[in-house]
Amino acid sequence: MTEPILSLRDLSVTFDVRPRGAWPWTAPLKLQAVSQMTFDLAPGECLGVVGESGSGKSTLARAIVGTVPSSDGQINFEGADLAAMTPRQRRVHRRDVQMIFQDPLAALNPRMTVGDIIAEPLVTHEPGLSRADRKSRVQDMMKRVGLLPNLVNRYPHEFSGGQCQRIGIARALILKPKLLICDEPVSALDVSVQAQVVNLLRELQRDMGLSMIFIAHDLSVVKHISDRIVVMYLGRQMETADAQTITTRPEHPYTQALISSVPIPDPVLERKRPRTTLHGELPSPISPPSGCVFRTRCPKAQATCAQALPPMLEVGPGHRVACPYHQAENVLAVSA
Amino acid sequence: MLLDIDNLRVTFSTADGDVNAVNGVSFQLDQRETLAIVGESGSGKSQTAFALMGLLARNGRATGQVRFDGTDLLSLTPAKMNKVRSNQIGMIFQDPMTSLNPYIRISEQMAEVLTLHKGMSKKDAIAESIRMLDAVKIPDARNRIRSFPHEFSGGMRQRIMIAMSLLCRPRLLIADEPTTALDVTVQAQIMQLLADIRDDFGTAIILITHDLGVVAGFCDRTLVLYGGQIMEDGPTDPVFADPSHPYTKGLLRAVPRLDRDDDELLTIAGEPPDMSRLPQGCPFTARCAYVQNTCAHIPPELATFDGNRRRACHVPKSEVSA
Repeated sequence: MTEPILSLRDLSVTFDVRPRGAWPWTAPLKLQAVSQMTFDLAPGECLGVVGESGSGKSTLARAIVGTVPSSDGQINFEGADLAAMTPRQRRVHRRDVQMIFQDPLAALNPRMTVGDIIAEPLVTHEPGLSRADRKSRVQDMMKRVGLLPNLVNRYPHEFSGGQCQRIGIARALILKPKLLICDEPVSALDVSVQAQVVNLLRELQRDMGLSMIFIAHDLSVVKHISDRIVVMYLGRQMETADAQTITTRPEHPYTQALISSVPIPDPVLERKRPRTTLHGELPSPISPPSGCVFRTRCPKAQATCAQALPPMLEVGPGHRVACPYHQAENVLAVSA
Repeated sequence: MLLDIDNLRVTFSTADGDVNAVNGVSFQLDQRETLAIVGESGSGKSQTAFALMGLLARNGRATGQVRFDGTDLLSLTPAKMNKVRSNQIGMIFQDPMTSLNPYIRISEQMAEVLTLHKGMSKKDAIAESIRMLDAVKIPDARNRIRSFPHEFSGGMRQRIMIAMSLLCRPRLLIADEPTTALDVTVQAQIMQLLADIRDDFGTAIILITHDLGVVAGFCDRTLVLYGGQIMEDGPTDPVFADPSHPYTKGLLRAVPRLDRDDDELLTIAGEPPDMSRLPQGCPFTARCAYVQNTCAHIPPELATFDGNRRRACHVPKSEVSA
C-alpha cells in the first residue's frame, strides 16, 4: 500500500465538563468524545464517517484539522505528528487540510463579499501574490465550482443554500489542499440541490486528486461518495470496510441496525424489508456503558459484553469489526 | 370523506409585495387514509397544513375551501376553530423542543389539553395523559410525566408531542416533518409508532416531508408539491414506480439509494423558485428537462388519469415515462 496521507493511531479526544453548581476545586467530569480511533487514509481516497448525532464525528474532524487538541494517541499527517509540530509546520498543515461545514450560510462572514471570502485564504497563506493574480485565481475557482465569476461583489445572503455551499467549497479548495474534510456538507440542502453538491465534490476530488473525509449521518449519501466507510458509535469505531462491503455484508450489529433504519424510496421494497429497530437512544458520553458501548441497545448483547471492551477483529481484507459476535448479514436483501 | 380542500391559496403580504406560497391546491382525504405531501423547502407544503389548521402567520391570508367533515374551516371564528384543533385535528411539528414550553412540566402541558377541550378534572386528565405516554412507549411514564421538556431526549420529546396531539383522539393527525431533526434509528422508531397509532386509533394522517424514503414506507398516497402547486398526486406505489411528472422523476433520481450503485446522481439543474416571482405558467419550467414552448406561459391543468392519479404537465406522460 502506498504511504497514507493521514494516519490515526488510538486517537482520543476528551473534554472537561463541569456540572452545574460544582465547586471550582472539584475535578471536572470527563466527556470522552472520541476514543481510540485508528485508521489510515490513502492519497486520493475518500473516507466516509457515519454515526448518529453525539457519536463524535465532528470532534474527530476538528481533531484532524487541529482545532481540538487530542488527549491521547497520534495523528500523523504525511508522516509528521500533529501534536509535535512547530508553529511553522502547523501553518503548512493548516493550508494542506481544509474543511467545509454543515450550515453553509453560517460558515460565511455576512459582511464580506464572496470574492473576499474566497480570496481570504490566499491573503493569509500566499501573501506574496499580486492583486491581479489573486483575482484571477478566485475567478478560476468560482468557475470551477459552478459560480458565475461576475458575482464576486455579492454578499452571502444574496445566495441560496446550495450556492453558499459552493462558495464554502471554493474557499476550501483555493489553496489546493491535500486533504478536504467535509462535515455534513449536504444535510442542510434540499434533495435536488444535494445531488448537485455531491456530484461537484466527487468531480473535484477526482480532478484535483484530493483525499477526502466525508462526515454525514446519512448513510446513503456517504456510501455514494466514499471508497471506504468508518461507522462510529459513542466515540468509538464499530466497523470499517469498503463502501460496498459495509452496505451489502455488514458484520457489526450496529451497522446492521443502522442500514435497516435507512429508508429507501421504493414502496415495494420498504414493505418487504426485514427491520431491526433499535430501542432506546444514545447513552450519555460522560458515563458510557462498561465494556462495549453499544451493548445497551444491541439485539445480540451477551453478559460478557459488559465486562471488557470488544477487540477490533480483522474479518476480511480491510474489514474490521469491533464485535466478537459479528456475523455477516445482508440487511438490504429482500427474501422473495 | 374526511377532508376536502378546494382551490386553497395562501398569500403573505410582505414589504416586497405579495408572496404566493400556495397556489390553488385541491385534494381530498378519506378516513384512515395516510397521505404524504412531498416537496422541497418553499414548495408550500407546511403552509398548506398551517392554513387548514388556522395557524398562518399574521400577514398570511388563506382563500378557497377547506371542508373538514362538511364544515368549512376557513370561515370558522377563532373560538370555533380552537374546538376543531386538537379535538378533531391534531398536529405535530418538526422541532419538538420549540413546540413544548420549557418552563412547564409535561404533566401540566398535557393535562391542559384535556381540561380545556374535554372539561376533565385535573386528576383524570393526568391519569389519561399517563396512559397516552404509555401508549407512545415512554418508559416509566408515571414518574417521568413530572419532568420538564429539557429532561427528555429529542426522540422522547417527539413521542410526547405525538401523545399530546392524540389526547383528544383527533380524527386527523398532521405531522409536519416529524423526524427531520432526529437520527435515523430514532426516526425508524417514530415512524413505527405513527404506523401503530394509525392502525390502533384509525387516525387519518397527513405526513409532510421532503424525505422520499420515509414516504415510501408509510403512506398510501403521495402528493408532490412544487412552487405551491400540485405537480403529481396518486397512490404511492405507481407514483414511485412510474412517476408521471418530470419533477417527481427528477426528485426520485436525485436521491442516493443505499441499495443501488449509481455512479452519478442525476440532478435537477438550478435552484428552487423564488415564490414572489413565479412564472406565469408551470413553476417548474426553468428547471425542467422536458420543457416546451407553452410551459412558461400557460399553466398546466391538473388532469386525472389511470383512474386515481393526477398530473399537471403539458408534456405527454408517455414522453416522461420513456
